[in-house]
Amino acid sequence: MTAAILLWSLTVAQAMLVAAMGCNTYRLIRGPRAQDRVLCLDAMYVNAMLLALTIGIRTGSSVYFEAALIIAVLGFASSVALAKFLMRGEVIE
Amino acid sequence: MTHAADLPAWAALLTAFFVLLGAGLTLTGAIGTLRFRSFFERVHAPTLGTSWGTGAIVLASIVCFSALGSRPVVHELLIGAFITVTTPVTLMLLARAALYRERAEGSGAVPPRSTLRPPGAEALQDGTSDGGR
Repeated sequence: MTAAILLWSLTVAQAMLVAAMGCNTYRLIRGPRAQDRVLCLDAMYVNAMLLALTIGIRTGSSVYFEAALIIAVLGFASSVALAKFLMRGEVIE
Repeated sequence: MTHAADLPAWAALLTAFFVLLGAGLTLTGAIGTLRFRSFFERVHAPTLGTSWGTGAIVLASIVCFSALGSRPVVHELLIGAFITVTTPVTLMLLARAALYRERAEGSGAVPPRSTLRPPGAEALQDGTSDGGR
């Protein structure tokens, strides 16, 4: 019984995270300015990381934890590089 | 899905609660990016997902794997700490870049740069001009 509750809540949570990524994708495509697009790309990185964590809980393996860590690191680096590009027009001066 | 049956009932219910809480907060933040009008309001919305959205799902993962392994498993705290440290840095850089771009265009959407000098600026200049110290 509790296993079924856990499975269903994981499914609902993954659907919610995918819906959140859908909202971010809409803003990424329609965003009026470049900074809106960068903001939503950063939010999509976080959502993808959370989705990897929930898949890890579902399968019970710790491989997805490492994938989530790598996604978090790459998301930070790319968002900082894009923000720097918006500010200066180039990344490495 | 064989390990869900091995979980004790309290761990399964706690994991389900935290996963739903985190995903719901993340979805709320994503809807906020759709509904807010200006960029400087929108920049607040995804922080729901990066604060308690991440925290709750990390807690769910800790509870699940600790109950499965019968020992405390806390390496997920690494993700929580990393997200907590990096999100303000990212969003502060992005907001300052957006402010710079709005001011460079002169559209009047943001207040102009303050002409007041910070207190102590003159004193610092006087201190540096009087000698090679």
